[in-house]
Amino acid sequence: MDALLLARWQFAITTVYHFFFVPLTLGLSVLIAIMETKYVRSGDETYRKMTRFWGKLFLINFALGVVTGIVQEFQFGMNWSEYSRFMGDIFGAPLAIEALLAFYIESTFLGVWIFGWDRLSPKVHATVAWLVAIGANLSALWILVANSFMQKPTGYVLRHGRAEMADFWALLGNGHVWVQWPHVFTASIATAAFFVAGISAYHLMRRSPEIEVFRRSFRWAVVYGLIGTAAVILVGHTQAQYMTRIQPMKMAAAEALWNTEDPAAMSIFTIGNEHERKDVFAIRIPGLLSFLAHNRFSGAVEGINNLQDDYVQRYGPGDYVPPVAISYWTFRIMVGAGFLMLALLLLSLRAVMKEKTLDSPRLLKYMLWAIALPYLANTTGWIFTEIARQPWIVFGLLKTKDAVSPNVSAAEVGFSLVAFTLVYGILMAVDIYLLKHFATAGVPEQAPTAAPAEAG
Amino acid sequence: MDLNTLWFILITVLFVGFFFLEGFDYGVGILLPFLGRNDTERRVIINTIGPVWDGNEVWMITAGGASFAAFPAFYATLFSGFYLALVLLLLALIVRGVAFEFRSKIDSPRWRGRWDWIIFVGSLVPALLWGVAICNLLHGVPIDADMTYVGSFFTLLNPYALAGGLAAVALFTLHGAVFLALKTDGDLRHRARAIAAKLWLPATGLVFLLALLTALMTDVLARLGYDPGVVPATAVLALLFVRYFIKKEREGWAFILTGVSVAFTTITIFMGLFPRLIVSSLDPAWSLTIHNASSSPYTLKVMTIVALTLVPFVLAYQAWSYWVFRKRLTVESHLEY
Repeated sequence: MDALLLARWQFAITTVYHFFFVPLTLGLSVLIAIMETKYVRSGDETYRKMTRFWGKLFLINFALGVVTGIVQEFQFGMNWSEYSRFMGDIFGAPLAIEALLAFYIESTFLGVWIFGWDRLSPKVHATVAWLVAIGANLSALWILVANSFMQKPTGYVLRHGRAEMADFWALLGNGHVWVQWPHVFTASIATAAFFVAGISAYHLMRRSPEIEVFRRSFRWAVVYGLIGTAAVILVGHTQAQYMTRIQPMKMAAAEALWNTEDPAAMSIFTIGNEHERKDVFAIRIPGLLSFLAHNRFSGAVEGINNLQDDYVQRYGPGDYVPPVAISYWTFRIMVGAGFLMLALLLLSLRAVMKEKTLDSPRLLKYMLWAIALPYLANTTGWIFTEIARQPWIVFGLLKTKDAVSPNVSAAEVGFSLVAFTLVYGILMAVDIYLLKHFATAGVPEQAPTAAPAEAG
Repeated sequence: MDLNTLWFILITVLFVGFFFLEGFDYGVGILLPFLGRNDTERRVIINTIGPVWDGNEVWMITAGGASFAAFPAFYATLFSGFYLALVLLLLALIVRGVAFEFRSKIDSPRWRGRWDWIIFVGSLVPALLWGVAICNLLHGVPIDADMTYVGSFFTLLNPYALAGGLAAVALFTLHGAVFLALKTDGDLRHRARAIAAKLWLPATGLVFLLALLTALMTDVLARLGYDPGVVPATAVLALLFVRYFIKKEREGWAFILTGVSVAFTTITIFMGLFPRLIVSSLDPAWSLTIHNASSSPYTLKVMTIVALTLVPFVLAYQAWSYWVFRKRLTVESHLEY
């Protein structure tokens, strides 16, 4: 294998791994801040126990998100030096702002939050929880500002053989940022909700001690999850319509739409021949894709073959078709998981409202297993969005094959790929072991620290 | 002063902040298995940096991000060129960061002992590698006309850079020992001070050796002149007084002085570099400088506004976090796990 392919594998593995932990951090930080605020306002001990219990799991998850994030920042230079040279004038700025504005807040206040229970007043401690949540979500915003440029370059000029920033506000005002960040934010809320709901369901099934903590957590998670999941579906729809305009090839690949159609049919299930770019077997609903793209049952949706011809004229000879099968299936798994999540939450809501949660062992069991769903959707979503942009690393400006470091050998990338994968694999096992250990252990009968009300 | 120069100064400041703060974190990590005699003592040692190490590490991440934003070609050349060294650095930082969080989660001596040694290695390796890396910038590495590093991993392990790595390890460990003496009380404090007293000679010796080798093996004398000036002199003189304050049991002053030494040693190296970012050993004309490696004037302007607005806030709330945890820790303290 050549260095390019290995570098791509390394980026894929380290990024998917990193993003395994990030959404829970983003969503759970907000939920914990709400729990702690509720505790400070009401003085109700149950809220304090909730904050402590979910806080512990939050920290185990957070640790891996942070350390794998360092790799993300470094490997643009390590493996993609030509990308960094070409894009640094634009891409470096949001990355540096992410560190200056978000990482400092997140890391500094997280340290204070963990160790400050008996050193700060409850009010200040809850404020610190909010600062952690704000810092975490601000960092997501800035890294997505950077990623959005790769999806839709804006506010730049080509000068001195590179892309240079011409308008900082255009970078921040990029329409792509404002569909992508809400999508990630709401997906994170849904992820945290399913995490909390699933573990609570486990304890409800077992009638664990401190059952009120889990009853309330489950109720909260269902509401929080419904908000997140409904929003992620709506935002996702808006995002897909936006992508149909700015990256039609990505959406054509997502739908395995080989040729431009008007009205366009929506594929329910396609087995395609990627090499000859045609269907082998397909079930399609007429007009539905036009409706999804344009809100009416007519209107052209561009197909892969037509776009390929367009791009050859615009960008010169070359293959501009991303891997269609991966794009098609990752997109479907993501969307399918999202709707399944919505259905499960509606069932849970009914149980919660009828106060029959404890009498629905089957639903609780489903909710425990459903923890996997948002993770599946998060992972396939990112694989889709990055794979279906290929062959571009920066859409229309730079191809992935021209972005790799010329002086890093296949042996070197091979070594780092194996080393990262091994260490990440071991740490994943330890992390899941610890999460399981503390999640199933439940709430300790005697709280380990003095109540914050006694601290000064 | 042009913005390129300002950004060179800002990146120097970020590295100074990084080495000053993570310097004692690394030192504490290196001393952990040796100074902590039982589990409670080790927990006290970890908790002296527990609330702050993650925020301290952001100084390194910001130094990397700021290099990317202000001098993208420097970031690209350095990170692709020093590839294997950075892989080792990242692996060390990954296991170290996780170890702080995971160590106390399971109540088993074997589990905890293993993570303690991971903290040791995860602190030693970055200290060594950063010393090696920074000294190589000044020493010069093979960089061709296209700003591409054409050496290997072993090119980085030249005597000068290795001396820099060892000096960094020794100085950070001393810095960490003094920090521990400052932040703990009772028996642990006495032993931390005793270790600091023992570390003082090797650390001072290695910093002097580095200063000597810098004069002999780099071009700083030709560039800065034979009169070293205030900055390098402060770096070494501060260290001479550390021993006095350790003996006098004045840990606060000793810590300030090891900090000054870390800071001024860093500044000295960056002064020797200026206006270059990495010296090319093949042809001085191929060195990366604050001009040929920089971002556009517009990006530098945007980043200047952002940095000068945000850095004061960062300094303020990080200072506040140290204020919150100002009390000395003992084995009797309530320890957050």
